[in-house]
Amino acid sequence: MSSQPGAVLAPLAEERKSRRDARHDRQFRWLVKFCALLVLASLLGAAAATLWGGRSAFSTFGWHFLVSTEWDPGNDVYGALVPIYGTIATSFIALLIAVPISFGVALYLSEVAPPWLRTPVASAIELLAGIPSIIYGMWGLFIFAPFFSAHIKPWLTNMLGNQPDDGKISWVAQHVPFVGKMFASSYPFGASILTAGIVLAIMIIPFIASVMREVFQTVPTRLKESAYALGSTTWEVSWDIVLPYTRSAVIGGIFLGLGRALGETMAVTFVLGNAMQLSASLLDPGASIASTIANQFGEAAGLQKSTLMALAFLLFVVTFIVLLIARLMLSRLAKREGS
Amino acid sequence: MSTLYLRRRVTNGFAMLLSVLATLVGLGFLAWILWETLRQGISALNLKLFTTITAYGADGGLSNAVVGSLIIDLIGIGIATPIGVLAGTWLAEYANRTKLGETIRFLNDILLSAPSIVMGLFVYTIIVLPSTALTHGNTSFSGFAGGVALALIALPVIVRTTDEMLRLVPSTLREAALSLGVPQWKLTVQILIRAARSGIITGVLLALARISGETAPLLFTAFGNNFMTINPMDKMASLPQIIYQYANDPGDEMHALAWAGAFVVTMFVLLLSLASRLILSRTKVSHD
Repeated sequence: MSSQPGAVLAPLAEERKSRRDARHDRQFRWLVKFCALLVLASLLGAAAATLWGGRSAFSTFGWHFLVSTEWDPGNDVYGALVPIYGTIATSFIALLIAVPISFGVALYLSEVAPPWLRTPVASAIELLAGIPSIIYGMWGLFIFAPFFSAHIKPWLTNMLGNQPDDGKISWVAQHVPFVGKMFASSYPFGASILTAGIVLAIMIIPFIASVMREVFQTVPTRLKESAYALGSTTWEVSWDIVLPYTRSAVIGGIFLGLGRALGETMAVTFVLGNAMQLSASLLDPGASIASTIANQFGEAAGLQKSTLMALAFLLFVVTFIVLLIARLMLSRLAKREGS
Repeated sequence: MSTLYLRRRVTNGFAMLLSVLATLVGLGFLAWILWETLRQGISALNLKLFTTITAYGADGGLSNAVVGSLIIDLIGIGIATPIGVLAGTWLAEYANRTKLGETIRFLNDILLSAPSIVMGLFVYTIIVLPSTALTHGNTSFSGFAGGVALALIALPVIVRTTDEMLRLVPSTLREAALSLGVPQWKLTVQILIRAARSGIITGVLLALARISGETAPLLFTAFGNNFMTINPMDKMASLPQIIYQYANDPGDEMHALAWAGAFVVTMFVLLLSLASRLILSRTKVSHD
């Protein structure tokens, strides 16, 4: 530009420069927008690819696919109920264990613990979230499942099951419906739906706890202090002030944990036993959608491969809905906060 | 002392006790898992691990898996970082408060916890199957496909941190630069991304930590390979995949190798998250 002689040409050069800048700006805007659209594309692409891959399974089995317990690679007949049940049962057990513990952890970190202890304990809990799921799987397979089978399972079958070792069926197993069957098992190993549920619970505790802790901290101090000034105890403030104020976000955090649990593969595959059977007992092995895919996709071909793709599509849609609810619930509190 | 008062005190004490117990349970499991990984991993640790390939089985090491993991992770992070940073830039700088921007930000948050095994199947469909068809089976599973699968998992992490970090940059910086006539792309690349640099690096490190332990998406993309290869178009071993394979093996020596691999992966992930934490805490101080 500076090589242009004379003052008359300077405005022209200026204009050319600004036109070039505008062009670059436009190109850059398109570039970043394209990258952002790739995020959208990966979501839609994953759904489309699994739906496409599963089309022959969907068209062969129809709606019956969802309720059939058959899984027979020999005759090429597949039903999704066993892995669907396994996925739901393990995730539900995980929530049942993880939600109260996470609430306790979040309560401790936001209301109970002395301030100097909060950051280190919170970091340690978050460390738990960073451990790769395969490590949970190995720990579950080699350490926890044997421990479970040696110490927890006999106790459960004797106290709650209707097939105890000594033949004396407990009062609970006789009088509370379903419990006897849920805790009866002749399977000798530690891998089971309950074991997988417990390992999943440990995995999702840090997620739920950190969301709860974060939202508990958004409660205005004046609300809590007013309650304290009226003589409330810490528990009453937590239960009657903090929890109602953050209710939707707490539910969001729980759904976030549920979304994680539903889609978790490695931790579950190791401790679920991978049996394509439907059993009423939580102490029997089972299969989840993710574990079935991980175990069978490598050797599968034809209709079996398509079935596994169809299962992946179902899993993707269900986790998407669960996570959608989670994010909506979480954003509701954020909106009230005006952030 | 009235009974009501006493009852409230007791309830409170009980609840506080339970919350302390819950925390101890959480920390206890963390300690248990880390302790076992350290104990079993260190006892299986030796130099052969990094010098011998997995083809020798129980007498071998994990060197090809270590190299494979590094390559696949680098491909993954190498793809996800530029796309993620640019996408995050669009969300923060161009599409803040627009409908499409809000939608993508929202869906990106969902992708953060999407099941990784589905991402593996997605990449299997779009890369492994076509490359098998195009090369008549010469190239099927590949380290590159594994890298793409990991990139899809790293992407939402990087998008989100970039978006958040850019929105923390004070708008006075933008106004000052724009008033000097700096074009917006230059402002974004040379000023804003630089100002948010340490935060973005934190996000990249977190994403790397996240993908370096991922197993499920690699099973049907990189597949595994008992021999050393650095060709990304070849089937490639990775540490998590070898851990999975060896842990399912009946032999005790294989289990020891799996623990050694688990130890290496865990240490790598913990060091990464420690590093990202350090970077972030240093930034916070300098911002104050």
